[in-house]
Amino acid sequence: MMSRRYANLRRLSYGVLLLAMLAAPWAGLYPVLGIKILCYALFACAFHLLLGYTGLASLGHAAFLGVGGYMAGYGIKAWSLSPELALLTGLGIGALMGLVMGYLSIRRSGIYFTMITLALAQLVYFLCVQMPQTGGEDGLQGISRGILFGIIDLQNDMNMYYATLAIGLIAFLFIARVVRSPFGQSMIAIKDNQARAISLGYHPDRYKLLVFTLSASLTGLAGALKAIGLGFVTLSDVHWMTSGHALLMTLVGGLGTLSGPVVGAVVLVALENKIGQLGVMLSQLTGINWFATLGESVIMVMGIVFVVCVLTFRRGIMGELDAFVRRVLTPTSTRSSKHDDE
Amino acid sequence: MTQEILGTRRLSKHFKGFTAVNEVDLSVRKGHIHALVGPNGAGKTTLFNLLTGFMTPSSGEIHFNGQSMSTLRPSQIAQSGIVRSFQISAVFGSLSVLDNVRFALQREMGVSFFFWRSDRVLNRLNDRAMELLESVGLTSVADHLADSLPYGRKRALELATTLAMNPTLMLLDEPTQGMGYEDVDRVTRLIKQVAAGRTVLMVEHNMKVVSAIADTISVLQRGRVIATGTYEEVSTNPQVMEAYLGPTSRYGEGDAA
Ligand SMILES: Nc1ncnc2c1ncn2[C@@H]1O[C@H](COP(=O)(O)OP(=O)(O)O)[C@@H](O)[C@H]1O
Ligand SMILES: [Mg+2]
Repeated sequence: MMSRRYANLRRLSYGVLLLAMLAAPWAGLYPVLGIKILCYALFACAFHLLLGYTGLASLGHAAFLGVGGYMAGYGIKAWSLSPELALLTGLGIGALMGLVMGYLSIRRSGIYFTMITLALAQLVYFLCVQMPQTGGEDGLQGISRGILFGIIDLQNDMNMYYATLAIGLIAFLFIARVVRSPFGQSMIAIKDNQARAISLGYHPDRYKLLVFTLSASLTGLAGALKAIGLGFVTLSDVHWMTSGHALLMTLVGGLGTLSGPVVGAVVLVALENKIGQLGVMLSQLTGINWFATLGESVIMVMGIVFVVCVLTFRRGIMGELDAFVRRVLTPTSTRSSKHDDE
Repeated sequence: MTQEILGTRRLSKHFKGFTAVNEVDLSVRKGHIHALVGPNGAGKTTLFNLLTGFMTPSSGEIHFNGQSMSTLRPSQIAQSGIVRSFQISAVFGSLSVLDNVRFALQREMGVSFFFWRSDRVLNRLNDRAMELLESVGLTSVADHLADSLPYGRKRALELATTLAMNPTLMLLDEPTQGMGYEDVDRVTRLIKQVAAGRTVLMVEHNMKVVSAIADTISVLQRGRVIATGTYEEVSTNPQVMEAYLGPTSRYGEGDAA
């Protein structure tokens, strides 16, 4: 039966993915880059929770990421918060801001929703530029990682990497649970046919507000985690382009798949960090000097990635892979089994 | 005489100078199957939208069980017992057939916001959901995706989902539209069967269906109710005959689809 083999294959690939992440620092991945990748993966997953369920693309998520980071960093610097409390602070401020921004935006749809979230995020950006606590243009620097639960010394990069992995994993499992909860079912139904859901007595706005708040909370957590792991928060974290990044990661990885945002984050953060080296390599290989300057045009490269993604593999990496596997497993007969959530 | 369950008084809806529903007085009696007929564009769907709160009336009043409905939101109206179906098939395509019905049942159960619970808690609803699917003959496809069903069966699923709400008043907008001959027969019998103990207000073009199951018929034309009565009364009403067949009304041919 196709669905059982498919499920097994999926379990297997998740296992492989997890093993790869566990082994990565031993296979030469610089732990701090690993931490950065994991934080963006969490950010992208949180962003996707909203986009995947509601079809709403928020340009406000940078505000949750940035302020989550600022609050955690400030808490550590000013009040010597422990890392776990700093993380909770990020999560809490994300939830609070999500509730407010969601309340103001969730009744709109499509581009109007996106514009309201953008406007509110710009407001937050402006506040962050003005407030002395954020360090303005300099950002918040030298945030110390501290000791997690009083026993795990996060100053050690390896410890920090695995702590980040553990938190990311818990968040990922949480999202997987949301997808397979009664609430998740309601969200799918509401997305399928909102008018019908209303006619069955549902208030779609309340469900959307909850999913928006959950998404914002996890984004705040990602921001706090990033602030602790990397030791700094800057204005670029609250800039709306960062929200665009999450969108790009989600689309490259595959919209509508649980693992897509993770894969998208891995690909894009790695690309962003290695683009300079890649350019130098290409220029040596081809003799075209222009490639050596690639490192300075990250935005352009991202733009090209985006265009290529939209034009050639619209379902994203994981979406295409999933479609391919399904095709291989079902040669001709029509598929009509139960809905498989990614 | 049985009592009125749903009534409208001078109910109107204007769209930018165009009147889609014009001072309609409608009285639906408890336990009846009440059919709403009339040419395309007569305002039947708009009237449904007003009755279910999906549109706000320009003027006039709606009473359900003696209470005014005007301040309620559509979801609240649904909770109060008026459940509608839509003219175009409205199923949740990416849920299974069983999950479609469970979705209608789960709100009452109070778990719809539980994002931390496994959806296995919904298994408690399986028996009831299967019963409902049984009544529309869909048990064999319970685990299929709703999107994969042929049109007629989608409409049957929609009916099962509507029934899951245990509505006191069902509003069905062209439930047999687009169905093959056999499906029409089956759904007609089904409506008759589920109407026991409820009230049904349905839009229906198929006169065979209307004459077979409707207790009362209202004819709508260009936003106005031009006749109400039994099939015999309405079908011999000169105004109705003129609207549908009248030699003087050239627009009748174009409008009546
Ligand atoms: N939202 C709307 N805005 C403007 N005109 C509308 C709207 N909805 C319906 N109408 C118009 O109202 C009239 C009645 O439509 P409708 O109620 O759908 O008719 P029926 O269901 O009887 O075929 C039509 O002329 C239609 O164009
Ligand atoms: Mg209509």
